[in-house]
Amino acid sequence: MAHTIVDTGGSRSFPGPHALLRSAGPGGDVLVLIGTGAGMALAAVEKHESLKAVLIELGTECLGVHTGERRGGEGSNVLGFARFRLGDGPPSDLVELVRQPGTKPESIAAAKTAFESAGLHVAVCMDTPGRIVDRLVRPYYNGALRKLDEGLATADDLDTTLRLGLGYPEGPIALLERTGLAHHHDVTKALHDALADPGFAPARRAQVAKRRQKA
Amino acid sequence: MPEIKTIGVAGSGTMGAGIAIVAARAGFRTVAFDASQDALDRARRQTESFFAKSVERKKLSAEQVKTILSNLSSTTKLEGLAACDIVIEAVYEDLEVKRALLGKLNAVCPDHTIFASNTSTLSIAEIASGSGRDDRVVGMHFCLPAQLMKLIEVSTGLNTSDQTFQTAWKFCLAMGQTPVKTKDHPGFILNYFIVPFNNDAIRMVEAGIAEPADIDTAIKKALGYPMGPLELIDWVGLDTQLKLCEAFYKMTYDPRAACPPLVRRMVAAGHLGRKTGRGFYKYDRDGMFGG
Ligand SMILES: NC(=O)c1ccc[n+]([C@@H]2O[C@H](COP(=O)([O-])OP(=O)(O)OC[C@H]3O[C@@H](n4cnc5c(N)ncnc54)[C@H](O)[C@@H]3O)[C@@H](O)[C@H]2O)c1
Repeated sequence: MAHTIVDTGGSRSFPGPHALLRSAGPGGDVLVLIGTGAGMALAAVEKHESLKAVLIELGTECLGVHTGERRGGEGSNVLGFARFRLGDGPPSDLVELVRQPGTKPESIAAAKTAFESAGLHVAVCMDTPGRIVDRLVRPYYNGALRKLDEGLATADDLDTTLRLGLGYPEGPIALLERTGLAHHHDVTKALHDALADPGFAPARRAQVAKRRQKA
Repeated sequence: MPEIKTIGVAGSGTMGAGIAIVAARAGFRTVAFDASQDALDRARRQTESFFAKSVERKKLSAEQVKTILSNLSSTTKLEGLAACDIVIEAVYEDLEVKRALLGKLNAVCPDHTIFASNTSTLSIAEIASGSGRDDRVVGMHFCLPAQLMKLIEVSTGLNTSDQTFQTAWKFCLAMGQTPVKTKDHPGFILNYFIVPFNNDAIRMVEAGIAEPADIDTAIKKALGYPMGPLELIDWVGLDTQLKLCEAFYKMTYDPRAACPPLVRRMVAAGHLGRKTGRGFYKYDRDGMFGG
C-alpha cells in the first residue's frame, strides 16, 4: 500500500527529509497533503473519495473547516494530522491523527499504517481544538509561568520539582525557554479563542515574549 | 542551630516506612512510631526485604545494612519519640489527626525538636496552629516511593522561623535528598500541577475526545514523560485521585481541580486502578493487557 505526498510548502510536520517522504510514490491509495495549504489543496484532488485515505496536515484549525460538518454525522476517508512540535524545536515522533464521528475505520487503519511504517507513533483523537497534547499541556505551561510570577518557587526549583517528582525530561520553564515563549503564546491564544477556558489565557510572561518578538 | 541526630517518623504506613528507610540509610538513629503494631511489623518486613535487595544489587554491603537496621527501632508509644531532634509526621491526611498528634508530641519532645509534616494537601500553617511551637513546624513533602525518590518540597508556615527552615533544609541534604524551597500553597508545586493536569486527561476521556491509550501514547511520545496521565492515575488509584480533588477544590475553587464525575463513577464501580485490576486499563497479575 503506497502513499503519495502533495507538498504545498511550509510544512511544520515535515520541515526536512523524513522516511514518510522518502517512501512516497505516485498513484498511492493514501494521499498525504502537507504544508500550510494542505486543507485548500483537498478541493483540487480529483476523485479523492475513491482513495483509501486522504490525510490533511492541520495547523491549529479543526478538520471540519476543510471537510464541512453534518449534524454529528460527518466523517469520510479524509482525516487530519499533525506531528506534535513545540515552537522551533524539532518535530516529535508523535502524530496526532484527527478523525470525525463517521470516519471510516479502514481509512484510520490505512493512515496509521502509513505513519507507523515511517517510524512515527500515532494517537487518534476527535476533531477538537488543541487535539490531545496542546489541550493538556498549555494550561500546565501557563500555570507554571503564573506561579513563577507569584514566587511559588524559583524557575530552577519549579523545573527540578517536575523533573524529579514526575520524571519529566525537562521542567516547564526550561522547556518554554528552549522552544520559544512567543510560540507558546500563539498556540495557547488560539486555544483560548476557541474554548474560552481561562486555563488557556496566555500567561503574562508569554504575552511579554510575544510583544518583544513583534518589536 | 540544633544538630539533628535522632529522627522520629510518626505513622508507619506507605510513606512513613519509606521515609524511615531514607533517614536510617543516611546514618541517622531513627525511631518509627505508629498507633498500630501491625503497621510497624509490616513496615519492618518491607524494610528488611528492601535492604536485602540493596545488598543483592550491591548498593550496600551486608555489614552496612546490619548497622542501618540496628539504628532503626519502632514503638507504639508516643513517649518513644522523646529523644528526637526532628519528628516527621506521615499519619493520615486529616487536619484534626495531625493537629492532635503535634499537640501531644509538644508535651513529649524537648523544646528544640522540629516537627515536619509530610502532608500532600493540607496547609502547614493550619497543621502548626495549636501545636504550641508553630515556629518549629515545617513542611517536608516526600514523593512516593519515598525510599527511591530524591525530591523533598520544603515549605514554611506563616510562623515558621528561618532557623527551622534552614535546619530542615540541611537535614534534607544530609539525608542525600534534593530539597526544593516552596511555599505553604495547596499541593505545593507537584500536586498543584499534577492534580488538574490529570483531571484534564480524565475529562478528555469523559468527553470522548480520545481513548486512554491514545492520550498516554501522545503524552509519552510528544514530551518524553515516563508515564501517561491515565496510567499514572491507575497506579496512584482512582480513590486517591478523588480524595486529592476533594481536598484541592475545597481550598482553591479551581474548576480544573474539581473531581470529574467519571472518577466518582469509576470509584463506585470498583474500578480503582491497578490495585483492583481495572481502572482506565485492565490488568492481569503481570501488568497491562489492553485499554
Ligand atoms: N501515599 C502517597 O502517595 C503520599 C505521597 C506524599 C505524601 N503523602 C502524605 O503522607 C501521609 C501518610 O500517607 P500514607 O499514604 O503513608 O498513609 P497510610 O494510610 O499508608 O499510613 C498512615 C499510617 O499512620 C498511622 N496513624 C494514623 N494516625 C495515627 C496517629 N494519630 N498516631 C500514630 N499513628 C497514626 C496509621 O496506623 C498508618 O499506619 C499523608 O499526610 C499523605 O498525604 C502521601
